[in-house]
Amino acid sequence: MAELNTGDSGGKKGSGKVRSKKSNSKVDLTAMVDLAFLLITFFMLTTTLSKPQSMNLGLPDKDPDKDKNIDVKVDENRTMTILLGDNNKLVRYVGLLATPVSGGAPKDFAYGSDGIRKELLSRKEAVLQYTGNKDKGMIVIIKPSKKSNYRNLVDILDEMAIVNVPTYAIVNEFSPEETKLLGESASAEKTAPAAVPNP
Amino acid sequence: MAIKMKKKSTSTDMTAMCDVAFLLLTFFILTATAKVPEVMPVDTPASTVQTKLPEKDLATLTVGNGKVFFDVKGKDVRKRTLELMSNKYGVKFSDDDQNKFASMESFGVPIQSLKQVLDAKPSERKNIIQPGIPKDSLDNQLAEWIQNARLANIELQDKELEIAIKGDAKEEYPVIKRVMDILQDQKINNFSLVTGLRGKEK
Repeated sequence: MAELNTGDSGGKKGSGKVRSKKSNSKVDLTAMVDLAFLLITFFMLTTTLSKPQSMNLGLPDKDPDKDKNIDVKVDENRTMTILLGDNNKLVRYVGLLATPVSGGAPKDFAYGSDGIRKELLSRKEAVLQYTGNKDKGMIVIIKPSKKSNYRNLVDILDEMAIVNVPTYAIVNEFSPEETKLLGESASAEKTAPAAVPNP
Repeated sequence: MAIKMKKKSTSTDMTAMCDVAFLLLTFFILTATAKVPEVMPVDTPASTVQTKLPEKDLATLTVGNGKVFFDVKGKDVRKRTLELMSNKYGVKFSDDDQNKFASMESFGVPIQSLKQVLDAKPSERKNIIQPGIPKDSLDNQLAEWIQNARLANIELQDKELEIAIKGDAKEEYPVIKRVMDILQDQKINNFSLVTGLRGKEK
């Protein structure tokens, strides 16, 4: 190889000038290449990462006329309602609020993998066993209260994506009992499940 | 002999490698777009969903502190949107203003005071307090902006405009809901929420 600079180039016995010229023509490019690749990596990563991530959200049609007329009847055993309150509060119940299914009484949960995700996963399994039909999975109703913030909403939508909940909806209507549930359980957190009469 | 062979393999010709490296480097530097400072910086919530936003045919609604800022990608679409808006509200903009608007980023002022923002130098725009685009039912300029941007996009690009909501994590839900309602009033039922990337630690 031409760049190999072995000190004794042998044949030539000329003056030292020639030799010094030769050694000048070969620059060690290793450091330069290192730097170039470092910069390449930097620019590659910054250009691709700077594109913002996004999450797709589809909402049902909103038509004021038909809204009130068509009520889709769903099996209450398949529904879980998640209420989002202030201060990152999250309450869920399964089934109807007045008559929750067993183990589905209103209860506080935390966001993240240890809290609501475990509950969602186990409930999802339970619903599949109950219906015995893969097309009839769990239905989650998300009710963000006026005090909840945008992070809560995105977090819970993210959980839906992680757990792969087949059907979920954002509902803005709050019944008085639900408001009470969020308000009361905020003041007395530990006794929250007992605050609702359980028949 | 063996020692000589080893010596040969230790140094390779770096010239070609260096050439390629710098070629790529030049490419990435040139394609990288300088990030324009945002008028209203928001802290987007994180999510694990990794869908990239499109580069064009996109309108971004930035929501923070109860204010809404509006931004559309594409210079010609922006120009046409401003034209439609100025016809609608009877606010005149000169050609110079239109060009400034086309190269501007997001803004959050009522259209009546948009000219003040356009007249300011780009570096001074940050200092102007922008109250957000009016979005209440009496003066719903936000809906008009969205509507006209969609019209302009269909006219010029022949594509439906996509809408992304970039909300601050601490923003209260009613404001987000109000923006979503405005979108739904125009039968936009599908839109994106801009999120940050969450680490894998969870």
